[in-house]
This record gives sequence, structure tokens and C-alpha cells, in this order.
Amino acid sequence: MTPALATRGLNKRFGSLVVADDIALAVPEGARYALIGPNGAGKTTLINLMTGMLRPDGGEILLAGADIASLKPEQRVKRGLVRTFQINTLFPQLNALEAVTLAVCERCGVAGSWRLRLASHREEVEEAYAILASLKLDAVCYRLTRELAYGQQRLLEIALALATRPKVLLLDEPAAGVPRDESAALFAAIAGLPRDITVLFIEHDMGLVFRFASRIIVMVAGRILVEGTPGEIAADARVREVYLGGARQEVHHA
Amino acid sequence: MIGPVFGVLFDGFAYGMLLFLLSVGLSVTLGMMNFVNLAHCSFAMLGGYVTVTLIDKLSWPFLATLPAAFLAAALASVVFERVLYRRLYRASELDQCLLTIGLVFVSVAGAAYIYGSEQQPVQLPSYLRGSVTFLGVNFGVYRLFLILTALAITAVLMVALDYTRFGAQVRAAVDNQRMARGLGIDVDGSFAITFALGSGLAGLGGALAIEIIGLDPSFGFAYLVYVLIVVSVGGLGSIAGSFIAATLIGISDVAGKYYVPELGAFLIYLVMVGLLMWRPMGLYGRR
Amino acid sequence: MSTAAAEPLAYLATQARWGKAEIAFWLATLLPFVLFPDYLVLASQIAITALFALSLDLILGYAGIISLGHAAFFGFGAYTAGLAAKWGWGEPLSGLLLAGAAAGLLGYATSVIISRFRHLALIMITLGLGLLLAEAANSARWLTGGADGLQGVRMWRLFGYFRFDLYGYTAYAYSLAVLFLIFLMCRRLTHSPFGLALRGIRENAIRMPAIGAPTRAHIRKVYTLAAVIAGIAGALLAQTTETVSLEVLSFQRSADVLVILILGGAGRLYGGIVGAIVYMVARDQFSGINPQYWYFWIGLLLIAVVMFLPNGILGGLAGIMARRRKATP
Repeated sequence: MTPALATRGLNKRFGSLVVADDIALAVPEGARYALIGPNGAGKTTLINLMTGMLRPDGGEILLAGADIASLKPEQRVKRGLVRTFQINTLFPQLNALEAVTLAVCERCGVAGSWRLRLASHREEVEEAYAILASLKLDAVCYRLTRELAYGQQRLLEIALALATRPKVLLLDEPAAGVPRDESAALFAAIAGLPRDITVLFIEHDMGLVFRFASRIIVMVAGRILVEGTPGEIAADARVREVYLGGARQEVHHA
Repeated sequence: MIGPVFGVLFDGFAYGMLLFLLSVGLSVTLGMMNFVNLAHCSFAMLGGYVTVTLIDKLSWPFLATLPAAFLAAALASVVFERVLYRRLYRASELDQCLLTIGLVFVSVAGAAYIYGSEQQPVQLPSYLRGSVTFLGVNFGVYRLFLILTALAITAVLMVALDYTRFGAQVRAAVDNQRMARGLGIDVDGSFAITFALGSGLAGLGGALAIEIIGLDPSFGFAYLVYVLIVVSVGGLGSIAGSFIAATLIGISDVAGKYYVPELGAFLIYLVMVGLLMWRPMGLYGRR
Repeated sequence: MSTAAAEPLAYLATQARWGKAEIAFWLATLLPFVLFPDYLVLASQIAITALFALSLDLILGYAGIISLGHAAFFGFGAYTAGLAAKWGWGEPLSGLLLAGAAAGLLGYATSVIISRFRHLALIMITLGLGLLLAEAANSARWLTGGADGLQGVRMWRLFGYFRFDLYGYTAYAYSLAVLFLIFLMCRRLTHSPFGLALRGIRENAIRMPAIGAPTRAHIRKVYTLAAVIAGIAGALLAQTTETVSLEVLSFQRSADVLVILILGGAGRLYGGIVGAIVYMVARDQFSGINPQYWYFWIGLLLIAVVMFLPNGILGGLAGIMARRRKATP
């Protein structure tokens, strides 16, 4: 079966700094994979490489078997490869409804049209509202993004991604910085992601990882250290050394 | 036909050195803090007017006014940085543009009010006037002086940047500001000093420019364009880039005006647009 | 239509509805005919400047593209209309359309370049292209008349009936009508999905490709449209004054329209109009002043606006009204 997302021999370096070293992974359709590793391991860099924000020095990126390395970021989104950002990358002065409606309109190809008013684009607005409702953001959908609580903004990150109807969803630390009292909604959102979407998420919160991931990939210093089921990873001595610190394994990256 | 070519190259290089002095400060501060200071040439203009005033009113010798021009511009920049610029480090590029354009307007009008709109003449000391002939080519003494001064300053800058601790801090801050702060480098302090130095150099450039391109209140605007061209072509934060870009622009401008006068300033803008399209970060820019 | 979504649709419809203040404003634009019949020439100048500022608002206020050379399109339209009249075709409306089309072509060509850049490079390129065109026009004396300006621009009657005369009735009615029609079009644009896309580019250009948006195509589209409108504004100036001089392409023009838009408040569609009214009336009042000293006060104004009123007059008013609403329960 062709994996939904795969990379082969992916490389990237900045001068003498190697941020991606021969990365090879394959995520089957509908799977829930987690990508973990210490800070500076290159996890976000890998997402940037896969989504086209960074150009690799070598290697292949395959979406449902097709090489997408030559596609621009927005083209990869159209093919179904979508990401969220570790630091909220939202539209501060748009309200939540406008933001998600924009994403829906872009997907439907009507965002370039100015023939009709927004209110006349019933289907797009309804869909946006439904997505917000599924994430329990409907009550605050008229509030400006910058006025939302941090946890709500993280949910809006996911809402924007969902509006593009992704086939493969890359979540970059979705729970990062979310206070305890708001994290329940976030967990529910991730649990509620449709099963036909393939999900790869970066996380430091081990609770989330062990709860949702069927398989875990561990990255250190730009390369994949080990890959396995949650049980295997929890028992792996190398992983423990990486996280609890053996001086040799510690990495000082920006 | 060799004669005119060397003459054009020489004049162009001298002009380029002048542009370098005027631009290097802006390039480094833009690279360090991303602060768009369109009033940079107003500090140059200040240096020019200080020189003129010292010569006319206090009969200072020309060479003595040069450090004074440098200091005056540097001090003025410290004042403006404290009072106005500091508040806009986090503001949008548009706001920074608008504020500094406003300053240019004010400075141009102020200069016109105090000194009038005419060109300011400057009396050079006799040893800087005239020209020397070498291998059949005429070299203006003043232009030689300008080139030597600029080269000396360039050498000092490169040495300071590469071999002093302050230079290392500046390089770090230009490279990655957040990281530099994280390492404990006083980026704001380094910036204030760099800004003062850069503005001082602009002031010096303004003083030296009087003989070559004249001085009147429109200086703050007219040469801003050239400075911006040098900065964007050379790449932000790069002294070497500014040097090469300034040389390129200086020679292109003089050659253009000599060989194809109907095109006038046209050529320079074309060069700039073309170069920026090929390399949007400038010749030596990063990011 | 499901009832769950009825509320957001109603919300969006309310956002787009014409407010009382808006209707009152446009009715008030008819007042000069009655109240200030001696100032109709000034009024038409204000309408033209407002149209020019409106075009800048589309790219600056809505899409967030900083341009220091927008006068290039204004001037290009002005010269196109002027030259058409000079060479024998003085029909106003077709001249207007021709100028708009010409400026639009230039705008499209420019947009292909500028859509690839951001930050300083973008500012520099817009500045450079504007200066390039101004220099080219200066050099092409045979075409533009150089520093003397275009001679022999003679306009035919509008609709074969209304003459452009010194009293300005035709000029103001003509300019106002064009301004209003184009305003309606821009208003529709800002309340459409495309308007939302432009604001998205302004708010976070990085997020846009991540939701599948063809950012460069959007920028090309709005930039071309803004160029068409600016060209039409320039043509209006050429036709109503029957002169075209080099200053229509100057950096001064580009800087002026930027000041006007910021003064009024960018991103609100009415900001350019409000700014134009305030600026032009003030300039008319102080017309005796030496231009250099005028720019002294403009400089101070710019500094003051950036430091204390960053969203312009309309932004300041909106802030006051928002505070009032919070105060009254």
C-alpha cells in the first residue's frame, strides 16, 4: 500500500550545520504518527522541508506516491498536505469566522472573485461556521483573532488547517503553551480528527503522544534515531538517554 | 581614447567612495535592527552645513571641520535615537518609513530656512586644489584625497569589525539578533553606538561631498535615492557589499552621464531594478 | 439554508450594509454645487485626489503593499489621456477608459515584478520604478513636452453637451461621478472573498500559502486594478485642467498621496477621501506659503500621526467610538 506521506534520503544543511540528515520515513494512510525529539533536533525543519517552505539539498518527498519536491507550498496544500504552526501564525485583525471562511474560499477557488459579497457565498460561510462549531469556537467566532484566548487561538490554527480538507495533516506542537484548563478542548479536537486524515504531529507533551500515536519517530540532531510503537519507544534505552541527558547526545542548536 | 576612460573611471570611483561613506552607516544599521531610516541623508546634510558654518563664521581650516562634521552628525543621531527612533523599533516598516520621511521634510525645510536655498560654496585649502598628471591622465587632487580618506576609513572599519570585540558583537547582531541577545550581547547598546558611528560617517560624507556634488537643502532628498540604491544593491549589513555597490553605482552614473547624457539618471535606476530582480537580497545580503 | 449558519450570514450581511453616515457623506458631496459654487474647481481636484488615494488604499491599506512610486500610474494615465486629446481625440469618456487600460497594462507588467518581493526590496523597487518613469518622461521631451508640459490638450464636450470651463461645474460633476462609481466597485471588492484574501495577505503573508492561497496572483490582480484606478484619476486631472506636467509622475505626488492616505486612515476605504479633503483644503488655505515650508508642517504632521494617531483620522474616530460603546452599558 502506498504510504500517504513518505520521504527518502532528505538532506538539508546550513553551512556546516546539518539540520536534516538522510531522513527516510513512511506514514500509512489514516495513521497517527508522532515525531518527538529534543529541541533543535530538526523536527520543525522537517515540516518546513515537507511543506515547501525550505528547499532540500537532496532527497524525495512523496505524497501518495507522487514526488512533490518541485511544487510550491500552496500547490502542496491543494494536493492535501497541510500544516499548523508551532507559534500561532494567524490573522490578528480578522475574526475567527473571516479567517476560516477565507481558508474555505481559497480551497473552493473563489477567493479571487469579487463579484459577490461574502454574505452571498452561503456554502463557504456555512462550512466555515460548521468547522468552528466542531471545535467549539462558534461562540467566539465574531471576535478578532488577537482577542481570543491562547488555547482558542491554537484551536483556530487547527480550524484553518481543517478548512483546506487535508489528506495529510502535520501538526507542529499543537499543545504548545496551552494552559491546563484549556488543553481538554485541544485534546478533544485532536481526538475528533476524521480517521481518513493521516496525521503526523510533533509534540513534547508525552501524555498526548502516548494517547494518540500508534507509532513514534524519534529525531536527534537532524537524523532519525529510532522508530517504533509507544511501548517499544518507552522501553528504548537510547531514547531515555537522549531525553534524560547523556552528555554525548546533547545537542546545542539554535 | 584611453584617456577619457581612465578619467571616467577615476571620477566614478571617487564618486563611489563618496557614496560609500554616505551609505555604509545605513547599511549596517538596517542590517542590525531592520530599522528603515530614510532620514539618513539628513545627517549627512547636517555634516555639510556644519562644515560650511565653521569655515564661514569661525574661519576654521577645511580639514579641521571634518571631525567636527562627524561628531555633530553622530551627536544629533544619538539625540534622535533616544527621543524618537527608540519607540519605533517594533513598529511596522511603513511607520518607520513615514516617520523618517517626515524628518526629512522637516530637516530640508529647516535647512532652507536657516541657510537659504542656494548652493553653499566651500573654499578648499590650496593643497587640495588642482590636479596632478600621471601617465598622461589628469587626477584631481581633491578626488585623490577623497579616495584615500575613504579607503583608510574602510580599512579601519574592516579591522574593527573583524578584530575587535565590539566588531564581533555587531556581526553577531546583524547575523541573528535574537541569538545575539540570548548570548548576552547588549544589542541595543551596540546598535546605539553603531547608529551614531554610521550617522557620523554620513556627516563626514556630507562635508566631503560639498566640493563634488554641492550642498543645498535638497541634499536630504536628492542623494537619499542613491544611498538607498547602494544599500539595497549591496545587501543589508555588509560593509563589503556597500563598498562594491557604491563603486558600481558611482562608476555607472559618471560613465552614463558622460557617454550617454540623454539617459541621465535613467541608467542608475535601471541598474538598480535589474540588480534587485536578480538578487533581491542585494549582492551580499543574507536571509 | 440551515438555521445554524443563519447568524453568521446575517452578521456578514450587516457588515456590508450601507450605514447612515455613509449615505449622508455621499449626499453631502453634492453640497458644493449649492454652497460653494466658487470652489468647484478645488472640489474636482479633491475628488481626483480622493480617487488616487482610494487606489493606493487598495494596495496599501488592504493588501499591505508599501509603494513609494504609485504616481507612476497616475502620471501614465494623465499623459495617455492628454496625448489622446492632443492628437485629435478629445472625447472624455473614451479617453478615460484608454488611460485606465494603459495604466492597467503598465500596472500588470510592474505587478509581475513586485509580487516577488517584500520588505525593503519591495519599497526600493516601487521607488526605483517610479523614478525611472519620471526620468524617462523628462528625457522624452518630444513626447511629453518635458519641463514645459504637454501643450495643446483640447477636450471635446462631455456627452457632446457639457463643456469643461473655468467655473468647474462639468469638472466637478464628472470627477465626482467617476469617483462614486469606482468607489462602489471598490466597496464591493472589500466585502467580497477577494477583499478577505487581501486582508489575509496584509495580516500574515506567511499563513496564506499554508492555506493554499496563490498570494502572488492575488497581488498581481489588486496591483493591476489599483493601477487602472490611479490611471483614471490621472486622466481626470488631465481632462479637467487640460494640462499635463511632469509633476504628475514625481516622487512628490507619490509622497503626497501616501501622506493623504495615512492621514485619513488606511484600510478603511474612506480614509483616502477624508485625507484628501483635509489635505487639499488645508493646502488651499495656506496656498501663499512657500512650498518648502509647507513640507515642514507636513513633516511634523507625519511624525505626529505616526507617534500619536497611527490609524489616521478615521482610526482615531473609530477608537473614540469604541471607547464610548464600552463606557455605556
